[in-house]
Amino acid sequence: MSKILIDIKNLHAEIEDEGKKILKGLNLTVKAGEVHAIMGPNGAGKSTLASVVSGKDGYEVTEGSVEMDGKDLLELDPDERAKEGLFLAFQYPVEIPGVSNINFLRTAINEIKEYRGEEAVSAKDFMSMVREKSKLVELDSKLASRAVNEGFSGGEKKRNEIFQMAMLEPKVAILDETDSGLDIDALRIVAAGVNKLRNENNAVIVITHYQRLLDYIVPDFVHVLADGKIVKTGDKSLALELEEKGYDWLTTENA
Amino acid sequence: MAAYTEEEFAEELKNQEYKFGFTSEIESDKIPAGLNEDIIRMISAKKQEPEWLLEYRLNAYSVWQEMTEPEWAHVKYKKPDFQAISYFSAPKKQYESWDDVDPEMKATMDKLGISMDEQKKLTGVAVDFVMDSVSVATSFKEKLGELGIIFCSFSEAVQDHPELVKKYLGTVVPTQDNFYAALNSAVFTDGSFCYIPKGVRCPMELSTYFRINEAGTGQFERTLVVADQGSCVSYLEGCTAPQRDENQLHAAVVELIALDDAEIKYSTVQNWFPGDKDGKGGVFNFVTKRGICHTNSKISWTQVETGSAVTWKYPSCVLKGDNSIGEFYSVAVTNNFQQADTGTKMIHLGKNTKSTIISKGISAGESQNSYRGLVQIGSRADNARNFTQCDSLLMTDKCGAHTFPYIECKNNSAKLEHEATTSKIGEDQIFYCQQRGLSEEKAIGLIVNGYCKEVLNKLPMEFAVEAQKLLAISLENSVG
Repeated sequence: MSKILIDIKNLHAEIEDEGKKILKGLNLTVKAGEVHAIMGPNGAGKSTLASVVSGKDGYEVTEGSVEMDGKDLLELDPDERAKEGLFLAFQYPVEIPGVSNINFLRTAINEIKEYRGEEAVSAKDFMSMVREKSKLVELDSKLASRAVNEGFSGGEKKRNEIFQMAMLEPKVAILDETDSGLDIDALRIVAAGVNKLRNENNAVIVITHYQRLLDYIVPDFVHVLADGKIVKTGDKSLALELEEKGYDWLTTENA
Repeated sequence: MAAYTEEEFAEELKNQEYKFGFTSEIESDKIPAGLNEDIIRMISAKKQEPEWLLEYRLNAYSVWQEMTEPEWAHVKYKKPDFQAISYFSAPKKQYESWDDVDPEMKATMDKLGISMDEQKKLTGVAVDFVMDSVSVATSFKEKLGELGIIFCSFSEAVQDHPELVKKYLGTVVPTQDNFYAALNSAVFTDGSFCYIPKGVRCPMELSTYFRINEAGTGQFERTLVVADQGSCVSYLEGCTAPQRDENQLHAAVVELIALDDAEIKYSTVQNWFPGDKDGKGGVFNFVTKRGICHTNSKISWTQVETGSAVTWKYPSCVLKGDNSIGEFYSVAVTNNFQQADTGTKMIHLGKNTKSTIISKGISAGESQNSYRGLVQIGSRADNARNFTQCDSLLMTDKCGAHTFPYIECKNNSAKLEHEATTSKIGEDQIFYCQQRGLSEEKAIGLIVNGYCKEVLNKLPMEFAVEAQKLLAISLENSVG
């Protein structure tokens, strides 16, 4: 049996200061080698889930637990979660002017290596890694040396996210609406990149509105997140059903 | 100004005392506090200065007495009591042993990546001389000498090259220029002098030399750099290592002279004691820096200012000659209760003169950071061009960033551009970095360095790396 990489139990979370409850008892178990899709209507809490798991400020977990590979994630700072092998592909990747992609990633990789007690990567090895991995998402090598996301098109930003994922080789990757704003060619490239990175030791959680992405990244499970919890789980055919019927039948069924 | 090796300067002072034969007086610090003509005569006599220099000082003193301390800057502080200052500062007290050195200071120097030997030299702990450095310094001095380059303390220059000092002293920053310049002109104790002969390109960054050799520094420092026709020099003052100083008031004057076709690049890293977290103590840094550009010449100022409790500083260029170029690249960081009012003046007098101003202000804690700049186009400055960009980055809700740009244009053919931005450091940016495995501090360091890149790139290589670390350290725990 493959080991459990993500184990979320009865997760309750609200927006800090406002006290608005967003997640209301969410359960999710993801094993190594699996791809899970999380779908759901706007405002269901999909992006909040990504934020809470990765440790973004502004949310308070009031109940429940999140474990990654047996480690309590909620105890850790965001950078420690990343160092433990969690990766979030952002829906809106930010620009960091004046900091080159290469410099950014090299700093990140060496911080992670230091945390794990490994030796820093040499400049030579790093550059050959950059060449190899940028091909994976057909990222122009010029973009790799430009400032992080600065002046990138929407598609380039998303490809850059997957390029970073390839460089950092996470245990668990959460793709937060990576398909939003992508044309069909870019979508195919991004999905192909993710597929090449899948293996039996890692797992991918795909958050999306549309079934379209799942044509390319085929999930083992599809979950419907509505009103802060998972209301239905199925295989990839569930995504097709959702595409056809929308979410209303599920939310009303549950109400 | 903040020389890299203040302690070495102290060492040098001692040696000079020996050389000039007035050892004991200075060590026992006999000059009483206060300022009057007798004190000035005493300073001049101790330095065995020629009569004209004494007169220069006395004239400055009488001018200064008529002046009042400027109040237009966006800073608040308790005015120094000028009669309570001792105007001939004795060499700074050295630590008895390495164990006595402030652990916080050691930690900072470790973070900056300064070697143990250099750390000991910086803090003034008596150590065996590093033989390498001595020999390198000596060979540098020989090499510079062969090319006719003069690089020495101001006092030495007065003794050995009085004609050059007399010709240029006070020609760019006249005595009556401002309150602090007048004070400096009356009481300056030492500083640096540099002369590059016609057509000579100084073969090394004078910073390299600085780091291993002593540099002039003190409370009232005087620096004079003269680049003769067609010559070229890069000069760096200051240091990234924290500089503690008992003197609260620092009023330096720096004059640069770029003759026809010459080029001077002047870089500063300033990290004087900024006061503690509650805003107590710290250095007042009231500096006048100005350069004059003759035909086809260029002066470029680059500064990274992270220290001092109050900074009042406007490195400027007078673009007198046709086709001359002035540049100002600045990063000013203020944290806790620091106040900085800094910027530049670009005075376009010649035809086809060009200037560029890039200013990056970063405010954290409850600090106040102001950019103040003047671009002046004279009536005969046909086709003058200026590009100004001033960006402000706010780290907290309690700090302030201010911009006071002045433009005076008397010629219709001028082209002036001014761009300004103010932004708050993005929590999203920090989180993005953290999600990739960078700690919050690393993330801030990276973002801030990216923000300042255009300026840091202008620094001499070896200092750029330290300056980057310095920025990160200055802003530790500063997001709020």
